[in-house]
Amino acid sequence: MMLDWRWDFALAILPRLLAATISTLLAALIGYAIAMVLGLLLALAQRATIPGLQRVIRELVEFVRSTPLVLQIFFVFYVGPQFGINLSPWVAGMIALGLHYSCYLSEVYRAGIDAVPRGQWEACKALNLSVRRTYLGIIFPQALATAVPGMGNYLVGILKDTPMLSVIGVAELMHAANAIGSQNYRYLEPFTLVGLIFLFISLPTAGLVRLFERRLRVGLGLQT
Amino acid sequence: MTGVAYPLELEPTDRPMVRFMNVSKSYGDLKVIKHLDFDVAEGEMVSIIGPSGSGKTTVLRTLMTLETINEGVIYVDGKPLSHMPRNGVLVPADERHQRRIRSSIGMCFQQFNLFPHMTAIQNCMEGPVQVLGLSRQEARERSEELLTMVGMIDKRDQHPSRLSGGQQQRVAIARALAMRPKVMLFDEVTSALDPEVIGEVTGVIRKLVAEHNLTMIMVTHQMGFARDISDRVCFFYGGSIEEQAAPQALFGNPQRDRTRQFLSAVKEAV
Repeated sequence: MMLDWRWDFALAILPRLLAATISTLLAALIGYAIAMVLGLLLALAQRATIPGLQRVIRELVEFVRSTPLVLQIFFVFYVGPQFGINLSPWVAGMIALGLHYSCYLSEVYRAGIDAVPRGQWEACKALNLSVRRTYLGIIFPQALATAVPGMGNYLVGILKDTPMLSVIGVAELMHAANAIGSQNYRYLEPFTLVGLIFLFISLPTAGLVRLFERRLRVGLGLQT
Repeated sequence: MTGVAYPLELEPTDRPMVRFMNVSKSYGDLKVIKHLDFDVAEGEMVSIIGPSGSGKTTVLRTLMTLETINEGVIYVDGKPLSHMPRNGVLVPADERHQRRIRSSIGMCFQQFNLFPHMTAIQNCMEGPVQVLGLSRQEARERSEELLTMVGMIDKRDQHPSRLSGGQQQRVAIARALAMRPKVMLFDEVTSALDPEVIGEVTGVIRKLVAEHNLTMIMVTHQMGFARDISDRVCFFYGGSIEEQAAPQALFGNPQRDRTRQFLSAVKEAV
């Protein structure tokens, strides 16, 4: 079998794919922003002393992490309307993606917070710092240094999971490539290009995360 | 709280800086402090010695509210710390009450516990700015003064990772003093240090004793140091005070067998 690669076709579809890439990036960034905030709330809720809350959150996180993302996307989009919740593909997709990754990020945050030595909490108490200042000024900066590598992994992870949004019709990169393929009966070029575009985004992102981690550690004085 | 009457506040005529009244503390089945009665007068320097597991560190930790007590009441400057008055009786203190009372207590730890992402002077300024509400300028002046006192002013802009253990501990002492506490607690502050730098930390504490009228409680394994600077030495055994006296009396002429055994065992080790 010959590899039938057509450069003219590849070039012709590239602008359309690059336009869809914007949507992919947007989906990843919005999803990640939701996951970062929600994940932090989940991580803090697990530290709260409200009886029962800790257990409920733990089970929720376990549940979300143990079921497929695609199922969660379908669930929010197709089951929602039965309860009177009609969401556009984008909104449903962002909720599902954000919720899914918030559970993973909450574990990263939790590990980061747990890695801060107990003596740091005790020093905060001995200095009579408020709970708010203890977290914001002392614990979070140190926890962040531990959490950044894991957070970076999930940033790349969420980017690579955005194609799943195509199943509910979010017009991101995968969706566009699939449409091009079925219109022209050619799948080699669009899917190859999609792969290359993901590669060109993922690799620098991972590198940037490593750079950021180093700069953060130096900035915090944890490393010289 | 049965059988013993705990006053809502100590009488002005009988008001030590710190009073442990019938205090017990256990971890599960293990009782680490047993019905402890322990007073420290204003301006007094008290050393606590004793074998490991005798509850000596726990005494400091309960006073810093790092541990809650199971029985009895702790008073600081006449006011209850572990409890608070409500409708004429003492109930376990809430966080707000503890925060108010413990503002008069400062503590230095065996492992220093400086904030690693802050420089020496930032460590010292943190409490005054965030808790006492001082301006950054006032906090900086106060911190510089204290860093000078502990001999660390030329390292003021270094992060803890660039400082030796002895230097970190001296910054930690300055950081605690910046809060102007009435009571300072030293929890084995030289135990994690290399022998050759212990002197720089004990030197700072000597200076504090000589120049300030601070109330201090120190848990230590440095018997010579405790003997030199203490007004009183308490020998802890099994969660309570086995024997206490002026240092010359306790080290020179211990009355109890356990004290004698402990002191001779410590002497062997040196």
